[in-house]
Amino acid sequence: MQGTVDSQATAIAVDHAHEHPDFRVLGLLVFLISESLMFGGLFAAYLLLRGMNEQWPPEGTEVELLVPTINTIILISSSFVIHYGDVAIKKDDVRGMRQWYWITAAMGAVFLGGQVYEYLTLGYGLRTNVFANCFYVMTGFHGLHVFVGILLILGVIWRSRRPGHYNAHKHTGVAMAEIYWHFVDVIWIILFTLLYILTRF
Amino acid sequence: MAQAQLPLDTPLSLPEHPKAWKWYDYFTFNVDHKVIGIQYLVTAFIFYLIGGLMAVAMRTELATADSDFLNPNLYNAFMTNHGTIMIFFWVVPAAIGGFGNYLVPLMIGARDMAFPRLNALAFWLNPPAGALLLASFLFGGAQAGWTSYPPLSTITATTAQSMWILAIILVGTSSILGSVNFIVTIWKMKVPSMRWDQLPLFCWAMLATSLLALVSTPVLAAGLILLLFDINFGTSFYKPDAGGNVVIYQHLFWFYSHPAVYLMILPIFGIMSEVIPVHARKPIFGYQAIAYSSLAICCVGLFVWVHHMFTSGTPPWMRMFFTISTLIVAVPTGVKIFSWVATLWGGKIRLNSAMLFAIGLLSMFVLGGLSGVTLGTAPVDIHVHDTYYVVAHFHYVLFGGSVFGLYAGIYHWFPKMTGRLLDERLGILHFVLTFIGTNLTFLPMHELGLKGMPRRVAMYDPQFEPINLICTIGAFVLAFSIIPFLINIIWSWNKGKIAGDNPWGGLSLEWTTSSPPLIENWEVLPVVTKGPYDYGIEQHKGSTDEDEDEEE
Repeated sequence: MQGTVDSQATAIAVDHAHEHPDFRVLGLLVFLISESLMFGGLFAAYLLLRGMNEQWPPEGTEVELLVPTINTIILISSSFVIHYGDVAIKKDDVRGMRQWYWITAAMGAVFLGGQVYEYLTLGYGLRTNVFANCFYVMTGFHGLHVFVGILLILGVIWRSRRPGHYNAHKHTGVAMAEIYWHFVDVIWIILFTLLYILTRF
Repeated sequence: MAQAQLPLDTPLSLPEHPKAWKWYDYFTFNVDHKVIGIQYLVTAFIFYLIGGLMAVAMRTELATADSDFLNPNLYNAFMTNHGTIMIFFWVVPAAIGGFGNYLVPLMIGARDMAFPRLNALAFWLNPPAGALLLASFLFGGAQAGWTSYPPLSTITATTAQSMWILAIILVGTSSILGSVNFIVTIWKMKVPSMRWDQLPLFCWAMLATSLLALVSTPVLAAGLILLLFDINFGTSFYKPDAGGNVVIYQHLFWFYSHPAVYLMILPIFGIMSEVIPVHARKPIFGYQAIAYSSLAICCVGLFVWVHHMFTSGTPPWMRMFFTISTLIVAVPTGVKIFSWVATLWGGKIRLNSAMLFAIGLLSMFVLGGLSGVTLGTAPVDIHVHDTYYVVAHFHYVLFGGSVFGLYAGIYHWFPKMTGRLLDERLGILHFVLTFIGTNLTFLPMHELGLKGMPRRVAMYDPQFEPINLICTIGAFVLAFSIIPFLINIIWSWNKGKIAGDNPWGGLSLEWTTSSPPLIENWEVLPVVTKGPYDYGIEQHKGSTDEDEDEEE
């Protein structure tokens, strides 16, 4: 393919308009590596604190399981729901995509509502003890990510009003919202295991 | 190959773009990587001057044993912000943001970075972060040193400390966004005719740097967020009396801040690998060794952070592990040093300013590296912990290493950035003053440290006074060394000799475009037919088609 011309630039390459391919999905994936390490830092701090404290969680700060479990089921199922949206847009079905994305956003909102309900009914606050510190900061931080995810989904829905904005061949934004949503889900699974399940057993 | 080959006689015409940016474009939200690179460099240099003035003030204070120039609080604030500014607002943004943004697309034959708007956003996070940091002086200034260990950081100057944290989180965000951009750009946007083994070494270094920043920076953010909660919201992550633990902060902090050392030096290694072969007129020795050693430093560098905590109650097995991993980092670094020396060996060396700074770097980095090896071994570290030996070590690495490398890069690429040459006589004067100043300031500090003078203090035992005086004189020489440089930059930018496209006869792609480059870098993208360091080699060994396949 090469090797005959010298390096002082003869005409090669490309139609200018298509020269800059779309790397947004790749960029998002790389960025999410970074995000997961931020959560990784919080998890590491949590595990170290857990190892250094005799009683974990300390008395009076037992975690509630019922609401969070329901919440977890809702959040994990929403990952399937959003995937149907992605499948729909790949079949050029914008209506279907919007529908599934609306449902996902609603499930995310229910999850956040459940989290707020949990905060209000737990009986201990951010400052109670170091377990409570971890609990609120970590779940709160994750909640913030869910919130951002909902905004992304609503953004996709907003943009899809314009006919032809998303179609079977052009759906990067849709895919990115989905990837981000899956990421938030995966983090929640680790968080749920650490904060809820492993404190019970 | 993804791209179509056009007939040779129809050069591609660009849409109507202006040929060059106007001065005021550099003050706007411009998405061109070259503008952003220069914005980074100039902003970082301003911070360098501010941080340098703080250093001069501190050295003036330390000229005598008493505290008679700065009051202790101000000394602490200057010390904290000097370190913070030099690391987070000068070396990292200048090396990664400045040179990285300017050079990477030019070196790989791309018209811009993968995400131009994200790039501009990453830059524009810097000035507000710096302003926030400097504004903390209105609240007394952060007092706890650039490491901001709790409990000191949670009990002194809490408002200023919170501002410090937010400033660091802002620049950290900028650094993560920048890394995403570099990784995708280098990975995906090489001109199709460029094979991975023709990728300039600076780009390899930037790839390693970006991976490291991507992985380590968020962990620091996590640690700082917990600290922010401790200071402002009454949590007790780092408060031992309430079940927390201060050492957790140290782990999270050093998991970033040790790799940060490599964030500051890997791009500089990249600059060295570009400057030395061009000015020695020889192919670089051990291209692959240099490229892979960057990646090796990136990987091993993530497993050495505990060597900052040998005296924090670290158990012996951990000291052993982290001593060994720390010493292992010296191996890939040594590989690079030997490669550069071997490149110089028998070369037709042009002793211009860029090369002088590169050779100066080599000599001083070796010294800094060796004192680093001594510090990396737990027994020595325990002895000289928190003394001036540590200060001497990291200034040799960071000033004798990073700053010299940045200067070498500026002298080397200034003609490309501005189209004009820097004045060589002023450049050599600048080099001589800097070299003398650096050694005069930091060499005696080894002695101070071995004798036991603690770091981070405004007052000290009078027995250390004579050596401290020498250091202070050195610091003033360093401060004055900036003057010829500033004159040179300002004068040459306006009136300097016209450089032409390729004043040094370099072979990497950035020299194939005009100086300064067109707005979209090339009218027609260049084709790579030989390696970037094939000086004196007539014909490339010949390339095969199967090397292209990972490009899809």
